[in-house]
Amino acid sequence: MQSQAEAKYDDSEIKHAEHSEFVSFTVAGQAFCLKITQIREIRRWSPVTILPHAPADVLGVMNLRGAVIPIYDLSARFGLQQTEASERNVVIVVSVHGKPVGLLAESVSEIISINPDDIQDTPPVDSRNTMDYIQGIISHDETMVRIINLDAVITAPEQVIS
Amino acid sequence: MAGSIQDTFFEECEELLEAMDEGLTAIEGGDHDPEVVNAVFRAVHSIKGGAGAFGLDELVAFAHKFETVFDEVRANRLGLDTKLIQLLLRCSDHLSDLVATSRDGGSVDEAHNDVLVSALEEYIDEDEEEVVFQPMGLGGAFEMAPIEVEKERIYNIRFHPLKDMYGTGNEPYFLFQTLADLGTLEVTLDESELPGFDALDTDESYLIWALTLTTTESKSAIESVFEFVEGLCELSIESDMDEEDDANALAALEAAFGTAPEEGGDQVAAPFEPPVSAPEPEAVAAPVAAKAAAPKAEAAKSDQRGPNPTLRVDLERVDRLINAVGELIINHSMLAQQIANLDVADLRDVETELEGFKNLARDIQEGVMSIRAQPVKPLFQRMARIVREASAATGKTAKLITEGEGTEVDKTVIERLSDPLTHILRNAVDHGIEKPEDREAGGKTKSGEIRLSASHRSGSVCIEIKDDGAGVNRPRVKQIAIDKGLIPENADLTDSEIDNLLFLPGFSTAKEISNLSGRGVGMDVVKNAVTALGGRINISSTPGKGSVFTIILPLTLAVMDGMVVSVADQTMVVPITSIVETMRGSDDMVNNLGADGTLLSIRGNFVPVCDVGGALGLSKGDQDQPPGVYLLVETETGQRSALAVDDIHDQRQVVIKSLDGVCGNIPGVAAATILGDGKIAMILDPESILAASPSAAAFDTERRISNAIAS
Repeated sequence: MQSQAEAKYDDSEIKHAEHSEFVSFTVAGQAFCLKITQIREIRRWSPVTILPHAPADVLGVMNLRGAVIPIYDLSARFGLQQTEASERNVVIVVSVHGKPVGLLAESVSEIISINPDDIQDTPPVDSRNTMDYIQGIISHDETMVRIINLDAVITAPEQVIS
Repeated sequence: MAGSIQDTFFEECEELLEAMDEGLTAIEGGDHDPEVVNAVFRAVHSIKGGAGAFGLDELVAFAHKFETVFDEVRANRLGLDTKLIQLLLRCSDHLSDLVATSRDGGSVDEAHNDVLVSALEEYIDEDEEEVVFQPMGLGGAFEMAPIEVEKERIYNIRFHPLKDMYGTGNEPYFLFQTLADLGTLEVTLDESELPGFDALDTDESYLIWALTLTTTESKSAIESVFEFVEGLCELSIESDMDEEDDANALAALEAAFGTAPEEGGDQVAAPFEPPVSAPEPEAVAAPVAAKAAAPKAEAAKSDQRGPNPTLRVDLERVDRLINAVGELIINHSMLAQQIANLDVADLRDVETELEGFKNLARDIQEGVMSIRAQPVKPLFQRMARIVREASAATGKTAKLITEGEGTEVDKTVIERLSDPLTHILRNAVDHGIEKPEDREAGGKTKSGEIRLSASHRSGSVCIEIKDDGAGVNRPRVKQIAIDKGLIPENADLTDSEIDNLLFLPGFSTAKEISNLSGRGVGMDVVKNAVTALGGRINISSTPGKGSVFTIILPLTLAVMDGMVVSVADQTMVVPITSIVETMRGSDDMVNNLGADGTLLSIRGNFVPVCDVGGALGLSKGDQDQPPGVYLLVETETGQRSALAVDDIHDQRQVVIKSLDGVCGNIPGVAAATILGDGKIAMILDPESILAASPSAAAFDTERRISNAIAS
């Protein structure tokens, strides 16, 4: 009895080692995902305070329990059209370079478990941005989910506003 | 455990050293009030006592000499002349060093120690006993009863520590050791109070020591050994002879104290009772009365003197608290909104309660905010020492005058300001202030003056270091810069540009390497340190009159008074310090000048108008809005301008949240704050708004505005 339980436990451990969990969400109608460990929390969209002289993909700043965090419009960041403000929108709070940063997405879909072997390299396309921002792609439920290279999307704060 | 008690001692030491510095500075400034002298004496004495308890012998030895000299001053036997004050100041510096070395390890400059000790000894009467015999804590002059000190006497001391004495980390062994230094000591343990093993309370203190001390010292010398455990032990000191002398001394004591009976209780009601019959209360009563007398005298002067009791808290904890309180207030407004939305007929009671909740939350917020900010006073006090040392090293005389010590700045900023300030002050003495003879030749006072001031300005902290020295030698500076290849030979620089050459890396004007500067650490290091804090530094100089260094720092997390305004549908905060006046504009006040210029006429004067929304690249939702409200501001250079905003809402204290590291540097914005409703508001920097030209701010931000307002 006991050995069975142990065996089961070991099994799940191995599974963990092989699989990583990702949170998928949509940005401008496309499916993207981030490793679940990169995400600190997901919040409902609330109005932000705009930053003067900020580039178009920096929506502004938001109050996260007393901390001022910048909010980026992922869609604009990827060179897609800007996200329409909607109550369904979510802010995904991630930590980049030790600082919390909010990313605006249309909606969060689900948590998916991905085997590293299933991650495909991004096929070369004629877009510098895309190549930098997308770490790889996976096929999930017959849709293509893009894995975001967070460090490339959000550069160090100094470089954001020139 | 012992370590943590020792930590507490060092923390206390910091406060005591601060109090000592403060007192000495006051004395240096000419305040020879006995209370000030007493305050310093008490500080030194407490340090000595604590150090004694931890067996820090070097510290005790030096503090003792220091204290002894001060005691002479206290008893009006020693006049406070300039020479003595300088010595005392140097000793206080050395005492800080000794405390620091005791805490952090490292070695003490023995030679320096010896020099100071022998200098102090010059002030101490050869017959030191007389000094030690001074009763505690008075300061008032009174006649001493003549006492024979030469005779050897035998004292029978009964010492019963209470459990509280152990609780405060005192160790009888050290006390006995100190006693043994006074003469021949015999220690006998009296364990008669020790109950049987069953009845033993491990927290209780049962042991009693009977000590026999043969010494030429007076009784008060013995009492002073036990001073630090006073109230924490039962103590009786009996001497075998000369009771009359003791009685005389006591009479003198009590006559001088005056207030003793009310403090000492019933025992002292009969003040002339010989010590043998009631030895214990008297031993305790005298110091108690002395202590009680001191605060009374001090009460009149109240808060301005002596350190406030403080609590040392981890910064991170405070930050957590600040954030939590911010959340509390946001929660309140959300709750209020939801209650308002409820479809209930009678909400009055709920609303009243909610109002109470809100006020409470605001109170907490204010209290919490004020924790993080600290006055620059301790930093400035440390700087006095830098000037003293630099003066001594260069053979110049310079005096540091501080202003705006109460200016509150974020703790981290204060800590990181220490190095740049030290450097600037050393430079001011080394390069700025001339030699005394040169100063006299130039028609100045022999002693140089350096003014260190702090103030809040335009949402920043402004630290100014102003000396009345020779000023920057511009031809020389320029020549050096050319020689070092820092600027081209034919460079045509304005005076201010030349002054700023000092900040270039690798620049040094020192003719020869002195003790203080010229070791390759230049003003560029200072500039880097200030820049790292997100600030800027400027120098302005008038030949022959002196130089002014101005450091402008962001407030990072400091608390600031701000005026809440709205600009282009956004709520923003303007630092109140930069606002001279506010006014509601009318059409006839606005005058156009040329194509773009707008001037506002204020009582016959015309000041340029700056549209804040335009300067920040935000356009108003309604272009045809009537002229809004004008904030008359004054820049660092004294130039006045009017900032046009849409409306003024409120005036309140806000916590400054730095935007550095979040969004980089935004022109026109100093920082951000979180308003009561949880929304972030930008804190404007009027200086840089005025610098930003409206045309440079042509950003399409309407989309973002609509995005922000939506939902």
